[in-house]
Amino acid sequence: MLPDYPLFYSFHFYLFGLVALASAIAFVTRKSPVAAALWLVNVMFSLAALYVMMDAHFVGAIQVLVYAGAIMVVFLFVVMLLNLGHADSMRDQRDPRVRATAAAVAVALTIELAVLARPDWLPVVPTPLAPPPASTGAIAPVADALFNEYLLAFELTSVLILVAIIGAVVLGRRTST
Amino acid sequence: MIPEALALSVALFAIGVIGVLTRRNALIVFMCVELMLNAVNLAFVAFSKLYGVGGQVFVIFVMTVAAAEAAVGLAIVIALFRHRQTVDLDLLGLLRG
Repeated sequence: MLPDYPLFYSFHFYLFGLVALASAIAFVTRKSPVAAALWLVNVMFSLAALYVMMDAHFVGAIQVLVYAGAIMVVFLFVVMLLNLGHADSMRDQRDPRVRATAAAVAVALTIELAVLARPDWLPVVPTPLAPPPASTGAIAPVADALFNEYLLAFELTSVLILVAIIGAVVLGRRTST
Repeated sequence: MIPEALALSVALFAIGVIGVLTRRNALIVFMCVELMLNAVNLAFVAFSKLYGVGGQVFVIFVMTVAAAEAAVGLAIVIALFRHRQTVDLDLLGLLRG
Protein backbone atom coordinates (compact mmCIF):
# COMPACT_ATOMS: atom_id res chain seq x y z
CA MET A 1 0.00 0.00 0.00
CA LEU A 2 2.56 2.51 1.07
CA PRO A 3 5.74 2.81 -0.90
CA ASP A 4 9.15 1.61 0.08
CA TYR A 5 10.56 2.81 3.32
CA PRO A 6 14.18 3.61 3.95
CA LEU A 7 16.18 0.89 5.60
CA PHE A 8 16.69 2.99 8.71
CA TYR A 9 12.94 3.27 9.19
CA SER A 10 12.25 -0.41 8.56
CA PHE A 11 15.05 -1.53 10.85
CA HIS A 12 13.79 0.50 13.77
CA PHE A 13 10.18 -0.41 13.10
CA TYR A 14 11.00 -4.11 13.32
CA LEU A 15 13.32 -3.50 16.26
CA PHE A 16 10.66 -1.79 18.36
CA GLY A 17 8.06 -4.31 17.24
CA LEU A 18 10.22 -7.23 18.34
CA VAL A 19 11.07 -5.51 21.61
CA ALA A 20 7.35 -5.01 22.25
CA LEU A 21 6.59 -8.63 21.46
CA ALA A 22 9.42 -10.01 23.58
CA SER A 23 8.52 -7.72 26.46
CA ALA A 24 4.90 -8.81 26.27
CA ILE A 25 5.92 -12.47 26.45
CA ALA A 26 8.24 -11.70 29.35
CA PHE A 27 5.42 -9.75 31.00
CA VAL A 28 2.95 -12.60 30.84
CA THR A 29 5.43 -15.19 32.11
CA ARG A 30 6.86 -13.29 35.11
CA LYS A 31 5.74 -14.47 38.50
CA SER A 32 6.46 -11.28 40.41
CA PRO A 33 3.84 -8.57 39.85
CA VAL A 34 6.49 -5.85 40.05
CA ALA A 35 8.61 -7.44 37.33
CA ALA A 36 5.51 -7.98 35.21
CA ALA A 37 4.51 -4.34 35.58
CA LEU A 38 7.97 -3.15 34.55
CA TRP A 39 7.94 -5.39 31.47
CA LEU A 40 4.52 -3.95 30.61
CA VAL A 41 6.00 -0.45 30.86
CA ASN A 42 8.62 -1.62 28.37
CA VAL A 43 5.88 -2.78 26.00
CA MET A 44 4.19 0.61 26.27
CA PHE A 45 7.40 2.50 25.55
CA SER A 46 8.01 0.39 22.45
CA LEU A 47 4.45 0.98 21.31
CA ALA A 48 4.95 4.71 21.82
CA ALA A 49 7.96 4.53 19.52
CA LEU A 50 5.86 2.70 16.93
CA TYR A 51 3.14 5.35 17.20
CA VAL A 52 5.68 8.07 16.52
CA MET A 53 7.02 6.13 13.54
CA MET A 54 3.47 5.87 12.18
CA ASP A 55 3.10 9.67 12.26
CA ALA A 56 1.02 9.69 15.44
CA HIS A 57 3.31 11.87 17.50
CA PHE A 58 0.68 13.17 19.88
CA VAL A 59 -0.64 9.70 20.62
CA GLY A 60 2.92 8.53 21.24
CA ALA A 61 3.52 11.29 23.75
CA ILE A 62 0.21 10.59 25.48
CA GLN A 63 1.08 6.90 25.54
CA VAL A 64 4.24 7.64 27.51
CA LEU A 65 2.63 10.21 29.79
CA VAL A 66 -0.67 8.51 30.55
CA TYR A 67 -0.06 4.80 30.12
CA ALA A 68 3.56 4.28 31.06
CA GLY A 69 3.57 7.25 33.39
CA ALA A 70 0.27 7.41 35.20
CA ILE A 71 -1.58 4.12 34.84
CA MET A 72 1.38 1.85 35.45
CA VAL A 73 2.49 3.92 38.41
CA VAL A 74 -0.95 3.42 39.92
CA PHE A 75 -0.62 -0.32 39.32
CA LEU A 76 2.81 -0.45 40.95
CA PHE A 77 1.52 1.68 43.81
CA VAL A 78 -1.28 -0.79 44.49
CA VAL A 79 1.05 -3.79 44.20
CA MET A 80 3.36 -2.29 46.77
CA LEU A 81 0.56 -0.94 48.95
CA LEU A 82 -0.94 -4.41 49.26
CA ASN A 83 2.54 -5.90 49.66
CA LEU A 84 2.01 -8.36 46.82
CA GLY A 85 5.51 -8.12 45.43
CA HIS A 86 6.53 -11.55 46.66
CA ALA A 87 5.92 -14.01 43.87
CA ASP A 88 6.00 -17.19 45.93
CA SER A 89 3.31 -16.08 48.36
CA MET A 90 0.47 -17.17 46.09
CA ARG A 91 -0.19 -19.85 43.50
CA ASP A 92 -0.54 -17.58 40.54
CA GLN A 93 -0.19 -19.72 37.42
CA ARG A 94 -3.05 -22.08 36.78
CA ASP A 95 -2.44 -25.76 36.08
CA PRO A 96 -1.14 -26.95 32.68
CA ARG A 97 -4.55 -28.01 31.42
CA VAL A 98 -5.90 -24.47 31.72
CA ARG A 99 -2.73 -23.13 30.19
CA ALA A 100 -3.06 -25.41 27.17
CA THR A 101 -6.66 -24.33 26.77
CA ALA A 102 -5.60 -20.69 26.96
CA ALA A 103 -2.94 -21.26 24.31
CA ALA A 104 -5.51 -22.92 22.05
CA VAL A 105 -7.91 -20.03 22.52
CA ALA A 106 -5.13 -17.58 21.72
CA VAL A 107 -4.15 -19.45 18.55
CA ALA A 108 -7.76 -19.60 17.40
CA LEU A 109 -8.16 -15.89 18.11
CA THR A 110 -4.98 -15.09 16.22
CA ILE A 111 -6.12 -17.03 13.16
CA GLU A 112 -9.53 -15.42 13.30
CA LEU A 113 -8.13 -11.91 13.54
CA ALA A 114 -5.57 -12.60 10.85
CA VAL A 115 -8.31 -13.74 8.48
CA LEU A 116 -10.49 -10.75 9.33
CA ALA A 117 -7.64 -8.31 8.80
CA ARG A 118 -6.77 -9.60 5.35
CA PRO A 119 -5.96 -6.61 3.18
CA ASP A 120 -8.49 -7.44 0.48
CA TRP A 121 -11.28 -7.36 3.06
CA LEU A 122 -10.45 -3.90 4.27
CA PRO A 123 -12.80 -1.20 3.01
CA VAL A 124 -11.41 0.66 0.08
CA VAL A 125 -10.96 4.34 0.55
CA PRO A 126 -13.12 5.95 -2.14
CA THR A 127 -10.72 8.69 -2.93
CA PRO A 128 -7.20 7.80 -1.98
CA LEU A 129 -6.13 9.98 0.84
CA ALA A 130 -3.70 12.62 -0.13
CA PRO A 131 -0.23 11.74 1.03
CA PRO A 132 -0.27 12.90 4.61
CA PRO A 133 1.56 16.12 5.21
CA ALA A 134 4.50 16.04 7.52
CA SER A 135 2.40 17.31 10.40
CA THR A 136 -0.39 14.73 10.21
CA GLY A 137 0.32 13.19 13.57
CA ALA A 138 1.09 16.44 15.29
CA ILE A 139 -1.39 17.99 17.61
CA ALA A 140 -3.32 20.27 15.28
CA PRO A 141 -5.13 17.71 13.04
CA VAL A 142 -5.95 15.50 16.02
CA ALA A 143 -7.30 18.46 17.96
CA ASP A 144 -9.28 19.57 14.92
CA ALA A 145 -11.07 16.22 14.73
CA LEU A 146 -11.39 15.93 18.50
CA PHE A 147 -13.01 19.31 19.05
CA ASN A 148 -15.21 19.39 15.96
CA GLU A 149 -16.28 15.96 14.80
CA TYR A 150 -16.04 14.19 18.16
CA LEU A 151 -16.91 17.08 20.46
CA LEU A 152 -19.92 15.37 22.05
CA ALA A 153 -17.90 12.24 22.83
CA PHE A 154 -15.15 14.42 24.26
CA GLU A 155 -17.58 16.19 26.58
CA LEU A 156 -19.13 12.90 27.66
CA THR A 157 -15.64 11.66 28.48
CA SER A 158 -15.42 14.30 31.18
CA VAL A 159 -18.58 12.88 32.75
CA LEU A 160 -17.00 9.42 32.57
CA ILE A 161 -13.91 10.64 34.38
CA LEU A 162 -16.02 12.34 37.03
CA VAL A 163 -17.96 9.13 37.62
CA ALA A 164 -14.69 7.18 37.81
CA ILE A 165 -13.27 9.60 40.37
CA ILE A 166 -16.38 9.38 42.53
CA GLY A 167 -16.45 5.61 42.20
CA ALA A 168 -12.81 5.26 43.16
CA VAL A 169 -13.24 7.48 46.18
CA VAL A 170 -16.37 5.67 47.34
CA LEU A 171 -14.85 2.23 46.83
CA GLY A 172 -11.56 3.14 48.43
CA ARG A 173 -13.12 4.73 51.49
CA ARG A 174 -12.78 2.79 54.69
CA THR A 175 -16.42 2.18 55.44
CA SER A 176 -17.65 1.42 58.93
CA THR A 177 -20.28 -1.10 57.91
CA MET B 1 4.43 -1.14 7.67
CA ILE B 2 0.65 -1.43 8.17
CA PRO B 3 0.43 -5.26 7.93
CA GLU B 4 3.33 -5.67 10.33
CA ALA B 5 1.70 -3.33 12.83
CA LEU B 6 -1.59 -5.23 12.55
CA ALA B 7 0.19 -8.55 13.04
CA LEU B 8 1.92 -7.20 16.14
CA SER B 9 -1.44 -5.95 17.38
CA VAL B 10 -2.98 -9.41 16.97
CA ALA B 11 -0.03 -11.05 18.73
CA LEU B 12 -0.16 -8.64 21.67
CA PHE B 13 -3.90 -9.16 22.01
CA ALA B 14 -3.46 -12.95 22.03
CA ILE B 15 -0.75 -12.67 24.68
CA GLY B 16 -3.11 -10.57 26.76
CA VAL B 17 -5.83 -13.20 26.40
CA ILE B 18 -3.41 -15.93 27.52
CA GLY B 19 -2.52 -13.84 30.55
CA VAL B 20 -6.14 -13.25 31.52
CA LEU B 21 -6.92 -16.95 31.23
CA THR B 22 -3.88 -18.34 33.02
CA ARG B 23 -3.22 -16.03 35.95
CA ARG B 24 -4.92 -15.91 39.32
CA ASN B 25 -3.51 -12.64 40.57
CA ALA B 26 -6.21 -10.02 40.01
CA LEU B 27 -3.62 -7.29 39.47
CA ILE B 28 -1.85 -9.26 36.75
CA VAL B 29 -5.20 -9.91 35.09
CA PHE B 30 -5.82 -6.16 35.12
CA MET B 31 -2.45 -5.54 33.52
CA CYS B 32 -3.25 -8.10 30.82
CA VAL B 33 -6.44 -6.19 30.06
CA GLU B 34 -4.33 -3.06 29.70
CA LEU B 35 -2.08 -4.95 27.29
CA MET B 36 -5.12 -5.91 25.20
CA LEU B 37 -6.26 -2.28 25.13
CA ASN B 38 -2.78 -1.31 23.97
CA ALA B 39 -2.94 -3.87 21.18
CA VAL B 40 -6.22 -2.37 19.99
CA ASN B 41 -4.68 1.10 20.16
CA LEU B 42 -1.87 -0.06 17.90
CA ALA B 43 -4.41 -1.29 15.37
CA PHE B 44 -6.23 2.05 15.58
CA VAL B 45 -3.05 3.99 14.91
CA ALA B 46 -2.12 1.71 12.01
CA PHE B 47 -5.54 2.18 10.45
CA SER B 48 -5.42 5.91 11.03
CA LYS B 49 -2.45 5.96 8.67
CA LEU B 50 -4.75 4.57 5.99
CA TYR B 51 -8.10 6.14 6.76
CA GLY B 52 -7.40 9.48 8.37
CA VAL B 53 -6.96 10.97 11.78
CA GLY B 54 -10.13 9.60 13.39
CA GLY B 55 -8.29 6.53 14.61
CA GLN B 56 -5.96 8.62 16.70
CA VAL B 57 -8.91 10.38 18.30
CA PHE B 58 -10.31 6.98 19.21
CA VAL B 59 -6.98 6.02 20.74
CA ILE B 60 -7.26 9.04 23.01
CA PHE B 61 -10.76 7.95 24.06
CA VAL B 62 -9.56 4.40 24.68
CA MET B 63 -6.78 5.72 26.89
CA THR B 64 -9.26 7.79 28.86
CA VAL B 65 -11.51 4.80 29.40
CA ALA B 66 -8.49 2.70 30.36
CA ALA B 67 -7.44 5.26 32.96
CA ALA B 68 -10.94 5.37 34.42
CA GLU B 69 -11.13 1.57 34.41
CA ALA B 70 -7.77 1.29 36.15
CA ALA B 71 -8.80 3.75 38.85
CA VAL B 72 -12.12 2.03 39.59
CA GLY B 73 -10.72 -1.48 39.20
CA LEU B 74 -7.80 -0.89 41.53
CA ALA B 75 -10.15 0.68 44.06
CA ILE B 76 -12.22 -2.51 43.89
CA VAL B 77 -9.07 -4.60 44.33
CA ILE B 78 -8.08 -2.59 47.39
CA ALA B 79 -11.58 -2.93 48.86
CA LEU B 80 -11.52 -6.67 48.19
CA PHE B 81 -8.11 -7.05 49.76
CA ARG B 82 -9.31 -5.17 52.81
CA HIS B 83 -12.15 -7.64 53.31
CA ARG B 84 -10.56 -10.92 52.22
CA GLN B 85 -6.79 -10.37 52.53
CA THR B 86 -6.22 -11.90 49.09
CA VAL B 87 -6.35 -11.01 45.43
CA ASP B 88 -6.50 -14.64 44.29
CA LEU B 89 -9.37 -14.77 41.83
CA ASP B 90 -10.14 -18.40 42.64
CA LEU B 91 -10.85 -17.44 46.22
CA LEU B 92 -13.13 -14.57 45.22
CA GLY B 93 -16.13 -16.47 43.90
CA LEU B 94 -18.77 -14.45 45.69
CA LEU B 95 -20.67 -13.57 42.50
CA ARG B 96 -20.25 -16.97 40.89
CA GLY B 97 -23.63 -18.17 42.06
